[in-house]
Amino acid sequence: MGLKQKLHRLKEKYKGTKMAPAFNALHTFLYLPNDTTHGGTHVKAADDLKRTMNIVIMALIPCLIFGMFNAGYQHYLALGEINAASGGFFSSEFWTMSNFSLGAWKILPLVAISYGVGLGIEFLFAVIKGHEVEEGYLVTGMLVPLIVPVDIPLWMLVVAVAFGVVIGKEVFGGTGMNILNPALTIRAFLFFAYPTWMSGDKVWVHGAVERAGTPDAISGETILGSLAQNKVFEYDTMDMFFGFIPGSVGETSTLLIILGALILIFTKIGSWRIMLSSIIGALVMGYLFNLVAEWGWISESSKFYSLMSIEFWKHLLIGGLAFGIVYMATDPVTASQTNKGKWFYGFLIGFISVMIRVFNPAYPEGVMLAILLMNVFAPTIDHYVLQGNIKRRAKRLKVKTA
Amino acid sequence: MGLLSKKDSKLILDPLADNNPITIQVLGICSALAITAQLKPSIVMAISVIFVLGVGNVIISLMRNIIPSKIRIIVQLIVVATLVIIVDQVLKAFAYELSKELSVFIGLIITNCIIMGRFEAFALGNGPWKSFLDGVGNALGYGIILIIVGFFRELLGSGTLFGFKVLGDPVEKTFLYSIGYENNGFMVLPPMALIVVGIIIWVQRSRNRALIEEN
Repeated sequence: MGLKQKLHRLKEKYKGTKMAPAFNALHTFLYLPNDTTHGGTHVKAADDLKRTMNIVIMALIPCLIFGMFNAGYQHYLALGEINAASGGFFSSEFWTMSNFSLGAWKILPLVAISYGVGLGIEFLFAVIKGHEVEEGYLVTGMLVPLIVPVDIPLWMLVVAVAFGVVIGKEVFGGTGMNILNPALTIRAFLFFAYPTWMSGDKVWVHGAVERAGTPDAISGETILGSLAQNKVFEYDTMDMFFGFIPGSVGETSTLLIILGALILIFTKIGSWRIMLSSIIGALVMGYLFNLVAEWGWISESSKFYSLMSIEFWKHLLIGGLAFGIVYMATDPVTASQTNKGKWFYGFLIGFISVMIRVFNPAYPEGVMLAILLMNVFAPTIDHYVLQGNIKRRAKRLKVKTA
Repeated sequence: MGLLSKKDSKLILDPLADNNPITIQVLGICSALAITAQLKPSIVMAISVIFVLGVGNVIISLMRNIIPSKIRIIVQLIVVATLVIIVDQVLKAFAYELSKELSVFIGLIITNCIIMGRFEAFALGNGPWKSFLDGVGNALGYGIILIIVGFFRELLGSGTLFGFKVLGDPVEKTFLYSIGYENNGFMVLPPMALIVVGIIIWVQRSRNRALIEEN
């Protein structure tokens, strides 16, 4: 008897009991459910929630693998044990086994904690409330390790994941009902609760924190961090595009994020409208700041000068902006639902991200706050788009009948 | 209870749980967010409100038959303002540091909706003894929530209780801090007070399902 039959049997056996949702979750995760819809219309489509989630995870895997290599690479590079990658994306200095093993050693625990705690809470709530376990956490659990610094203490992640899943999602009624993106809620919690581990010039490279103050001290400064302090950074544009820069685990490689974006757009899971309008929003705001710097409205001694004068399109390459736009702004639950609304929603995310970046050096990564803010406003945007549509059609009706 | 009749003790006990001014009537939230970052100001605030509301309710109740209803709000305000100024002056005289910490929030007790609410809803229609019990009961209900919130916020946010370092010293890395524990900075920020109050409401309503509103 195969595993499938065994799970079917178990499901029958536990039907109606308290633990049923937990068994059903395992069963439907591994196999197609063996029951059919009763009555009404049947929509026959293969892309159920489970498959949708899995495609997003697949789109995230390249970023995760790259993040592992990058964690090791940044560490050894800062120690001076290896040379900077010089041969483009496939540089031999970057794709080494030692880089990967160090990165995997640091990052796999983050993934395990994120899934273990998050799914544990989902199962718990499903059993208590007696509903089925929803697949919503599958993507969140993969996003969380990608948007935290590599050296984040694991217990902090446990606390933050528990907070994010319970307060960010379960209190609103679970998957599909949440107002805020759960992964970003988790990150925002970490950011405000433990700022010393989420910002500054140490946490982004493994080993920088424990070496601080010793003669072996290494820098873990991100590009945004140096810009916010008007310091020069020595990464060239291609490094930024390929992602050979310090940052949160999975957000550095713009190239692989574009790859993920293409997967999402091709499978029609991520909205290209949101991605495109966010990029436009960021570019517009960046360009306005460029003009301000160019026209000499601010002096070079101003603390905003570096961030304002950086070429506007480079905003897309540094920090988590690209990652946030592709994987988080497009979250179908928390984004605007109407097509017109998506344009406003996306544009404002890009626009506000760059604005927060420049004007608030204490929060160098504005995209997190911008997406959370627009999550809150998404229903309002939808409301006005709908009302606008209703008004227009009502007017047309009046003209016709008059 | 020998001291209080059944009806009277209900006046005190009801607002503590099933008719709590903060978690059920959702009144007085602002001060619950503002001063609960630490336990000591929460307790001082609770005591101040118990005094103001208990005495205020008695005064209004005594005057209830001679207050012209057209100007009753003004009369009520004068009573609260007088009592609040007494509290403020006492704090300034005997606990200056604390009164500086609470700053405007003692003065803002005047605007606490619980107080005007109890004057209007209870003291204007009941005798002084009952009004006193009702005032003290409601203020206690308010104070309990303040103290619960203040307890968690100070413990998790600063690692202290009444300023006493119960979790060890964060600078010298003793006790919990020696194994990598860190204070949760979010707890000190006002939004977290709102979330803690929300969690209390959640726990309370899932224990007593009769409290859940229908919609």
